[in-house]
Amino acid sequence: MTIIYKKWWKILAVLLVFYTLISGFLFKVPSKVILNESIRNVYFHVPVWFAMLALFGISVYYSIKYLRYGNETYDIVAVEAVNTGILFYIFGLITGMLWAKFTWGEAWSGDPKQNSAAIAFLIYCAYLVLRSSIDEEQKRAKISSIYNIFAFPIMIVLLFVLPRLTDSLHPGNGGNPAFGKYDMNNQMRIVFWPACIGWILIGVWIATIRYRIRNLENKTINKLNK
Amino acid sequence: MKKFLLITIYLITSVAVKAQTVEMADVLRSSGKIYVVVATIAIIFVGLTAYLFMLDKRLTKLERNK
Repeated sequence: MTIIYKKWWKILAVLLVFYTLISGFLFKVPSKVILNESIRNVYFHVPVWFAMLALFGISVYYSIKYLRYGNETYDIVAVEAVNTGILFYIFGLITGMLWAKFTWGEAWSGDPKQNSAAIAFLIYCAYLVLRSSIDEEQKRAKISSIYNIFAFPIMIVLLFVLPRLTDSLHPGNGGNPAFGKYDMNNQMRIVFWPACIGWILIGVWIATIRYRIRNLENKTINKLNK
Repeated sequence: MKKFLLITIYLITSVAVKAQTVEMADVLRSSGKIYVVVATIAIIFVGLTAYLFMLDKRLTKLERNK
């Protein structure tokens, strides 16, 4: 894990996001009714969810690793990835509500996508509550790792499978393929994908900083105990 | 009868005109809703920087304890 101390990918993250901040406003986008210019939100609202997904994915990976090798640092990585993922989750929910207000008419219209996003959010909040309710370290790490492994596929189903089976206002649901084949052209892709990579890297960066701080805290606690 | 017809025509057209001008005079719906995008970026940026300050505070605390 020496890569977390390297600088190049952090610079890459900043450059990619900075590029999308400029090009996201200036490049041409398809004209659509109701959406109007707010279609540019695809460059900012969606990548935030990509970052959340990447962080929760990393968290599950390290939870599995923890259960396999029993190394405490893997558990710390898992929890800090979730902590950062929750931050991006909140960004995604709030910006989604703002966008919904001006395109669907209401910030929260009880849309299947919104409702399942809220449920999945609570599932991840429960992960953090579960952790803080167990004092013994190994027990906490083990139980929360197992919970995390179950929470991830449930979150995926709630966010990306169930809303697709019913009618939803959100693109990508009710059978229509998101901002995929029909809504997104190549002009948009050259902004969208760099934005996704950039925001994922920024999310990972924040998670590594949290991880390093947590490591330091644990070391000082251990020193005090000795 | 003529008056009645005129009034109904007036009413219908006025309703139609009203329906066309649904676009309200608020900032976020002006200029093709571009300010929705601006607000989105503002939310993310303010949130991120607030978070950074929190992290910074946590780190400062640690450094003081050493």
